Amino acid sequence: MSSLSRDDVAHLAGLARIELSDDELDRMVGELGVILESVAKVQQAPTDGVAPMSHPMPLTNVTRPDVVRPSLGAAAVLAGAPEAEQERFSVPRILDED
Amino acid sequence: MTDLPTDLTRATAADLAGALASKTISSVEVTQAHLDRIAAVDGQVHSYLHVDGEGALAQARAVDARRQSGESLGALAGVPIAVKDVMTTKGLPTTCGSKILEGWIPPYDATVVTKLREAGLPILGKTNMDEFAMGSSTEHSAYGPSHNPWDLDRIPGGSGGGSSSVLASFQAPLATGTDTGGSIRQPAAVTATVGTKPTYGGVSRYGLVALASSLDQAGPCGRTVLDTALLHAVMGGHDPMDSTSIDAPVPPVVEAARAADVRGMRIGVVKELGGEGYQPGVRARFDESVALLEELGAEVVEVSCPNFEYALAAYYLILPSEASSNLAKFDAMRYGLRVLPEGVDAPSAEQVMAATRDAGFGPEVKRRIILGTYALSSGYYDAYYGSAQKVRALIAQDFAAAYARVDVLVSPTAPTTAFKLGDKLEDPMAMYLNDIATIPANLAGVPGMSIPSGLADEDGLPAGIQILAPATKDERLYSVGAALEAALVDRWGGPILDRAPELGGAAAAKGA
Repeated sequence: MSSLSRDDVAHLAGLARIELSDDELDRMVGELGVILESVAKVQQAPTDGVAPMSHPMPLTNVTRPDVVRPSLGAAAVLAGAPEAEQERFSVPRILDED
Repeated sequence: MTDLPTDLTRATAADLAGALASKTISSVEVTQAHLDRIAAVDGQVHSYLHVDGEGALAQARAVDARRQSGESLGALAGVPIAVKDVMTTKGLPTTCGSKILEGWIPPYDATVVTKLREAGLPILGKTNMDEFAMGSSTEHSAYGPSHNPWDLDRIPGGSGGGSSSVLASFQAPLATGTDTGGSIRQPAAVTATVGTKPTYGGVSRYGLVALASSLDQAGPCGRTVLDTALLHAVMGGHDPMDSTSIDAPVPPVVEAARAADVRGMRIGVVKELGGEGYQPGVRARFDESVALLEELGAEVVEVSCPNFEYALAAYYLILPSEASSNLAKFDAMRYGLRVLPEGVDAPSAEQVMAATRDAGFGPEVKRRIILGTYALSSGYYDAYYGSAQKVRALIAQDFAAAYARVDVLVSPTAPTTAFKLGDKLEDPMAMYLNDIATIPANLAGVPGMSIPSGLADEDGLPAGIQILAPATKDERLYSVGAALEAALVDRWGGPILDRAPELGGAAAAKGA
């Protein structure tokens, strides 16, 4: 179950929004196979009846007083944008044209 | 007052701080000495991704003026520092070692950086690191590796190899680090420097480029235990901007480092960390250190943590899972790189994002994102991510059981001394094994420190000893670290870094 096909890796790369080249895919299939085989060791641990742990500290919700405070201005935020227009991020099309 | 060396770059941060406080030297002099040293040697070591000479000198002048006017300043005011490039610095480039952030100038400071500025530490520059802190050698930096000052053909550790090599080559007296699975401690071990990963939540994560949020922890790096404690005290403390920040004062780390007392302490040697796969010279220096601790009045026992053998596997599922989510923000829309796909007219946002992430991320980052995407996908979640989370609970239980018997745990920090650049680059699993002894602390959130234990006989390269304490008991690391350091330095007849080879441009570094 821990072996990945080239198609699997291509699918995962698509989900992760990374356009891999053919060479990269070829290399990745082998490397991920080795890593997965190794990390599958977690399945041998005596985990019956153990509650999963997601975080090292007990997490509690943290709130702050609901008061207005200064935040970054539009110019500062847009300074790093690949493209900006009319004080907004300018992005490629998000819908098909037809 | 300790006499300062003629070459100010060889002084400890504590001695520099003392001389600054008594106005024997100025911050401008100290800062300039380090900038000269950087100009002389960083061409060989490549510790810095960006040097901000002008900014550092301006900060130095400001702190000198404040001191002249009689203002009461913090303990490290005027002592310059190098900042790992994972921390946002307003007005200074922050790349995290990645092409996807090349040239990005953050509009805000990380809380740690704010604290450094408020405490009056001039920021010399930003240090190199594996891309998004994924690696143990800096070879995954998109800007080329840093080199180990003990042997320039070898790795300085990672991800914080820029910070460790800065210290070992005297290009800064202090540096910041972050440690997700060993990125402060392993680089310290292979360069004969000191580094602490505080308790999870002990130092704010606000403004750090996140790798794995439940594991990431920023911490101090120095050449001595006391210097590291002084920086820990500046960096640590509650931050309302980080919801996982511990709302309590910084543990008394400086007091513990000054007292350097292990009498009556119970120290556990972790049976599972130190056997097969550990280099004989690393092992020998570790055993000697343990014997020294016993001579100093500690009680040493062996402790078993049976589930540590699953820690590496659990880590390489939890980390990629969290990283795959954290790195989704690099989408080519709001900041960072944007690359258009070739041969596509009017590409969609999704196509631009995929082309950008292919061009902007290096191979290790892609591997871990895809591995994390797989581990979190339905159908495999229980077998991988779910099992890893249960292993994490088992490891926390092992620590709890151990700390019921002992005050601290010790092990070698890394299984080997520094390996040659290129040796493990093509074998991800071999690279991952460098963190085998440091990872359990991150999974459980407990604090850890590495200090030099000596040089391995077979290669003459530095080895490190790791000290681990229960959560929020960071001061115990400094008690043990400082006591052992004093005994070792006494045995060596001086600081271990005095034995590191001179770098070519060393003569160019000048004092006041």
